[in-house]
Amino acid sequence: MDKKQLITLKKVLRYMKKYIPLLVVSILLATITVAMTLYFPILMGNALDLILGKDLVDFEGIVEIIKTAVFVIVVNAIAQWVMNVCNNRMTYHIVMDIRKDAFQKIERLPLSYIDSKAHGDIVSRVIADVDTFAEGLLMGFTQLFTGVATIVGTLLFMLTLDFKITFVVVVITPVSLFVASFIAKKTFSMFRLQSEAKGEQTTIIDEMIGNQKVVQAFAYEKKAEERFEEVNARLQKYSLNATFFSSLVNPSTRFVNSLVYAAVGIFGALSAIGGGISVGQLSCFLTYANQYTKPFNEISGVVTELQNALACAGRIFELIEEAAEKADDVDAYVLAEADGRVAIENVSFSYTPEQKLIEDFNLEVKPGQRVAIVGPTGCGKTTFINLLMRFYDVNSGTISLGALDDMQTGEERVTYQQGGNQVQGQLYDIMHMTRKSLRGNYGMVLQETWLKAGTIRENICMGKPDATEEEMIAAAKASHAHSFIKRLPNGYETQISEDGGNLSQGQKQLLCIARVMLCLPPMLILDEATSSIDTRTEMKIQKAFLTMMEGRTSFIVAHRLSTIRESDVILVMKEGKIIEQGTHESLLAQNGFYSKLYNSQFC
Amino acid sequence: MKKLLVFLKDYKKESVIAPLFKMLEAIFELIVPLVVAQIIDIGISTVDKGYIFSRCGVLILLAVIGLVCAISAQFFAAKAAVGFASQLRSALFVHIQKLSFADLDEIGTSTLITRMTSDVNQLQSGVNMVLRLFMRSPFVVFGAMVMAFTVDVKAAIIFVITIPLLSVVVFGVMLITIPLYKKVQAALDRVLAKTRENLVGARVIRAFGKEEEEIQEFNESNEVLTNVQLLVGRISALMNPVTVIIVNIATICIVWTGANQVYAGILTQGEVVALVSYMSQILVELVKLANLIILITKAVACGNRVSDVLNRQPSIQSEKTEFVQSDSSAPMVEFKGVAMQYGKSSEEALSNISFEAKKGQTIGVIGGTGSGKSSLVHLIPRFYDVTKGSVLVQGIDVKDYPLAQLREKIGIVQQKAVLFKGTIEENLRWGNENATEEELWNAIALAQAIDVVEGKEDRLQHMVEQGGRNLSGGQKQRLTIARALVKNPDILILDDSASALDFATDAALRKALSGIAGEKTIFIVSQRTSSIQHADKIIVLDDGKAVGIGTHAELLESCEVYREIYDSQFKKEERRHING
Repeated sequence: MDKKQLITLKKVLRYMKKYIPLLVVSILLATITVAMTLYFPILMGNALDLILGKDLVDFEGIVEIIKTAVFVIVVNAIAQWVMNVCNNRMTYHIVMDIRKDAFQKIERLPLSYIDSKAHGDIVSRVIADVDTFAEGLLMGFTQLFTGVATIVGTLLFMLTLDFKITFVVVVITPVSLFVASFIAKKTFSMFRLQSEAKGEQTTIIDEMIGNQKVVQAFAYEKKAEERFEEVNARLQKYSLNATFFSSLVNPSTRFVNSLVYAAVGIFGALSAIGGGISVGQLSCFLTYANQYTKPFNEISGVVTELQNALACAGRIFELIEEAAEKADDVDAYVLAEADGRVAIENVSFSYTPEQKLIEDFNLEVKPGQRVAIVGPTGCGKTTFINLLMRFYDVNSGTISLGALDDMQTGEERVTYQQGGNQVQGQLYDIMHMTRKSLRGNYGMVLQETWLKAGTIRENICMGKPDATEEEMIAAAKASHAHSFIKRLPNGYETQISEDGGNLSQGQKQLLCIARVMLCLPPMLILDEATSSIDTRTEMKIQKAFLTMMEGRTSFIVAHRLSTIRESDVILVMKEGKIIEQGTHESLLAQNGFYSKLYNSQFC
Repeated sequence: MKKLLVFLKDYKKESVIAPLFKMLEAIFELIVPLVVAQIIDIGISTVDKGYIFSRCGVLILLAVIGLVCAISAQFFAAKAAVGFASQLRSALFVHIQKLSFADLDEIGTSTLITRMTSDVNQLQSGVNMVLRLFMRSPFVVFGAMVMAFTVDVKAAIIFVITIPLLSVVVFGVMLITIPLYKKVQAALDRVLAKTRENLVGARVIRAFGKEEEEIQEFNESNEVLTNVQLLVGRISALMNPVTVIIVNIATICIVWTGANQVYAGILTQGEVVALVSYMSQILVELVKLANLIILITKAVACGNRVSDVLNRQPSIQSEKTEFVQSDSSAPMVEFKGVAMQYGKSSEEALSNISFEAKKGQTIGVIGGTGSGKSSLVHLIPRFYDVTKGSVLVQGIDVKDYPLAQLREKIGIVQQKAVLFKGTIEENLRWGNENATEEELWNAIALAQAIDVVEGKEDRLQHMVEQGGRNLSGGQKQRLTIARALVKNPDILILDDSASALDFATDAALRKALSGIAGEKTIFIVSQRTSSIQHADKIIVLDDGKAVGIGTHAELLESCEVYREIYDSQFKKEERRHING
């Protein structure tokens, strides 16, 4: 066991700590079970010794032995069942604890981690790896200790019977272990070939079946089959080798076992002739010889399982120990309600140090202003939103929000006009604000529509679980979702499958809009909010948006220029950088990238 | 499940030989207690060392024969199982290729992938184990009973009672736990769904500050899972102690009956020892059998999932295989009163659509989300079947073409841009294996993808990663357009496939396409009026109905929906600006 495995093992033990009483009980019961199991053949051997031949049977003695034997059987059975239950309890609770921690970590991971890792990989850690780990752990609990105890117990019991025969058993048995590890070593390379071929095949399956529609569109089926067949034939060859040679372990060890059996037969019988042991004891020895190699095989199996389990555990712990988002400051400001001012000062940001993206960016947004972000696809418009919402933190500079609450003192006080009233508020750096309160002040509709599995109602009321029926319907109507929801089989109670699979892209987006409509925070972020909705519906939503945006500071990302033309500030982004900034007219007058972009729509 | 056995048919010999060898091995194992009885009764009681040695020689001989039998059995079992899995995978792959888009929509490609990989693997080890053990274990159990009869009928009765009792326990526990295992799987699926959901929706969940609630919900599902697991565990934990009790009590009974028989002079001591060891052989086999049954139930579940796929008849099949002569004077594409409905939906996705598209024409298809634009163009290559009316390509109903011949004529660029692992060149050659380098570059140029390819160090030889991960959305889209152009199809369909392109590139692409339109019929599906306004014919879809067919100018006059779409994208002032 190397150092890494040892570290992982220590972590596993930490999770086990809670269940030490169960573990102690389990070990105790295992000891009892093993002792009882081993004692039974001795009892039977003793009974056999009382059955010598015609008219030579001690029935009274046998009855006594049987009484003891029944007691042994019952105690053994109870102990075994309770032990099994204890082991199950420990295993599944440990697994539950680990999954719980893993999930909690997922909720706290920085977005940069989630964005950069394949989701399938994280999911397989939480599901498949934890499952394999559980299986290995359970097997370890049930078989490792009983196995060791059986070996030790058998040795002791045999020694009390006869030293020489025990010696024979002890010397020959390890041969089976050598045979097993020899075969394992020899087959390793075959398994590698097999898993390589398997991987290659999985890639083809992933690509061709996963994109079956493209395959069919290009009538590529025959070629795909050819490629598949070629790998499949190779896989078959390697698989046969790996499967066959690895399956030699079982017969070989059983063969060694038979040799032990024969040896015990010879030495036992000779010893019986010499009066060393009785026939009953010989039969007991033979039973032991039969059972003795089994725990060896089991233990070697358990050890591989456990190593596998540890490897899986290692991957899970990697996830659990991944650095979480920097926690909110202890004295972080709780932004009760933003007044709509956003001040961005000297902000620089990049995902990787090599590629600078946003540098020294300044922007002052007044309450109720609309800020549009435009640029070609992949220009990094979402980067800006990531920063506003603190999905990512700026490298340097500050983003500050104004608060309606002026009970606290701050460095800067600003006076401004809003709706004719003089309101005084102060600016707070979002880095020193609780994330929850910061994000709660934004209503966000993203390009990637995401809905959770659950009813339509649960999804709309996500931001405001205590909303009344009327409020919910009003929000749905305002976002033009009400009419299609009504037509669904169960209306607002219709179950949405994972990721809204049973709804169209446009319907999903309408629901995302309704979700924001319902809670209406003081500021809005609309990222391609209407990209999957046809322009006519969009026009209707646009009206709703206008009412929604009234008096609310809004950041809008959109391809469609019509939606952003009326914005107060337009940020033009290209290759991750903000290259132009101004109003529609001023930017057109600049005759730069924006005007080129704008004019291309009409050629 | 039974149908899957067909895939063993090439391995009939192996599937029979493997269990046979296993049985042979078992027979030799069953002889062992008799030999031991002889050692005790003859060797020990007559103090005949030579006899003991010769009998132990027999034991070793039996072991050697057993080893040879076992190895042969393993070989044939492995060969049959691996061959089975290999043929099954092939059959699955071929079958999936035949499934129609509607079938794929319904089953989902991700489940198809798991079925082809992990399910088939489980089946392979299931078949392997069944061939090796399933015959052997019952054989040893019954063999032990038969052997017991040869020793003593009275004692053998105990075997006759014990075996059914054991079967009741083993199968009883199985019957109770198998449905529960399904529950475990379902609970695990919920935990999985929750995990994935939280990764995909991380932004929204955090934006709404829902982390704590999500953790709460996860913990609930997690606890449900744990509780079901514990319940199953508690029941299956019964199996071992109960079977051990039964066997041990049976052993006691044998000793007691044996004592009586020996007292009466019917049995010898050695024969009682033999009976006892037969009973312990049964116990060992039972444990194996129980593990095997778990494996089999898993394999059967996998097998059912796999055969579900195989049993699914492709909803679109072409009976025609021979080449069909099409009529080149007929319109390239014609829709006659076409209606179409998706699988389970109650409403028609398209209703009563009729139009003609001639060679050299460009047809624009416009409409709102869910108005049926994609459905309409998907009918041309017969990805879906019409429910009413007919679609004709060059005068012949698409249903009368062999699928390959029909799709040969059509190049379609789908909404989702998909590229495959391999070089750019390999990807482009999907459409036409024999395209010359010049043809490739022409297609690239038309698709406005020259800067994409030239931007890569090794140009056409640039490796595209699986799923085209190393390319941006716009780059992928342009390459998929080029791929369709390499095919040089009679009918080119762009299904909203310029969405990731900026306006300038989109415009340049349209201009380039209009240059090649003379030889082809081009369908452009879009939400932007700017993309289709120069088309020869524009089909305006609303809720599955064609509310207007005509040119841009005509539709502006006559079609309310079109005008609304246009107005929503072009403010009046710009129109004046452009027209003026």
